[in-house]
Amino acid sequence: MINIFEVNETNKMVEQENLDVRTITIGISLLDCMDSDLKKLNDNIHKKITTVAKDLVKVGKEIERDYCIPIVNKRISVTPISIVGSSACKCPEDYVTIAHTLDRCAADLGINFIGGYSALVSKGMTKYDEYLIRSIPRALSETELVCSSVNVGSTKTGINMDAVRLMGEVIKETAEASKERDSLGCAKLVVFCNAPDDNPFMAGAFHGVTEADAVINVGVSGPGVVKTALEKVRGENFEVLCETIKKTAFKVTRVGQLVAKEASEKLHIPFGIIDLSLAPTPAIGDSVAGILEEIGLERAGAPGTTAALALLNDQVKKGGIMASSYVGGLSGAFIPVSEDQGMIDAVKDGALTLEKLEAMTCVCSVGLDMIAVPGKTKATTISGIIADEMAIGMINQKTTAVRLIPVIGKDVGDTVEFGGLLGYAPIMPVNEFSCDAFVNRKGRIPAPVHSFKN
Amino acid sequence: MENKNRTVITVVGKDTVGIIAKICTYLANNHINILDISQTIVSGFFNMMMIVDLSVSDKPFDECQKELIQIGEEIGVDIKCQKEEIFEMMHRI
Repeated sequence: MINIFEVNETNKMVEQENLDVRTITIGISLLDCMDSDLKKLNDNIHKKITTVAKDLVKVGKEIERDYCIPIVNKRISVTPISIVGSSACKCPEDYVTIAHTLDRCAADLGINFIGGYSALVSKGMTKYDEYLIRSIPRALSETELVCSSVNVGSTKTGINMDAVRLMGEVIKETAEASKERDSLGCAKLVVFCNAPDDNPFMAGAFHGVTEADAVINVGVSGPGVVKTALEKVRGENFEVLCETIKKTAFKVTRVGQLVAKEASEKLHIPFGIIDLSLAPTPAIGDSVAGILEEIGLERAGAPGTTAALALLNDQVKKGGIMASSYVGGLSGAFIPVSEDQGMIDAVKDGALTLEKLEAMTCVCSVGLDMIAVPGKTKATTISGIIADEMAIGMINQKTTAVRLIPVIGKDVGDTVEFGGLLGYAPIMPVNEFSCDAFVNRKGRIPAPVHSFKN
Repeated sequence: MENKNRTVITVVGKDTVGIIAKICTYLANNHINILDISQTIVSGFFNMMMIVDLSVSDKPFDECQKELIQIGEEIGVDIKCQKEEIFEMMHRI
């Protein structure tokens, strides 16, 4: 039987070390909502989402109550809207109406975010994909809870540089469209390479077309728990360090597995995956940078950071994989800047630069995340940064992403405040040498040689 | 995980006379059977854990949880009531 020490350990993780379940995300297929009439399409979408997910918030609260574990977010991801809207939308403005419908669904259900205002264009763009992408600035500035993502490359297809170029412009336009709110729109927009179909985390969640009608994906978190565990093994060798991370990740993930199983039973929706993630928040003690410091770095960004992050990411996966029956999504350590107090401090102290962050994305779970850059940054420069990050994903057969916020009217030395889980960030300098001629080439970068495995 | 009705009650707070008595009286009055009980003092604080079985109780879990929290407030200790599964999941393979 469980003993008092085990009970205390678990409760201490929740009460003092910020252990939580970051999100229960229901993925919902909207393929059966498709219609050539725009109004009918919007009605179908609203009806389907509010029917399938009607009990999500209630069930989330019940699980929180039963186990005394916070479930921070309840979210929904849907089939990429570029596909869903393709037979009804004749222009970008038509797509914006769908964004409003999604926003209304989220508000009606009381959920935190809805993702899937997305297009998958890793090899080429249909005109509908392009309509959706061009509608993103309006969609994200006119809605509150809608998140958008665009997959512009993969190991199998290469990188669609036309889409990369377009996304640089779209990010700038989104920043302009939401400049009254410190370009907040860009915090809800991600550009991906190798985007997973079952990611429960925002802003990049969408319900892939390879998925079932509805599915539950759960994202766990717990950087604070890992950091506290590592405090007890200061000065020990790498074997002890890695074992400690692995065991802690196992425990954290087990909670996610329990929550996913319960949610699946109560909502009568099949369980998809657990995303084994260390997702930081701006709260003190809930920082991935804090773990890197505990591993032995003065500040995140110091020499050794990439190696420390690599071992952290790998051990989290090794511990988590056995704890869950199905693992997927992004799974690993997130390194957003504005959402992690330790990262913010590292940037302020001059320890962490955009270039070092890029190196870290080679070994973390995602990519350049929640990084505020000067509002005057050129669209082509943003495209260049995206292209670099996509290349890392394509060559290393991993998911990479870019969520940059060019904050209009702000420059290096200023700080931007997004609020809530999105946190705040100092504006980081960007290399200002031009890449215009590179970005303005048309076409796509071919798939790498190691993608030909057939 | 044999029994879904097994619940863990934890009590943390300043030690005083009658904490266990008060909680046990409540449990007995509601037909809640105690399966295991252990107690220790952690840095001067009273710390108790009980594993109880709610299967024959007439009260549902959430009501017991609310009432126990209330009893905790009355005697000045923190009482927590959680389904046992979370601990089983985390500490048993």
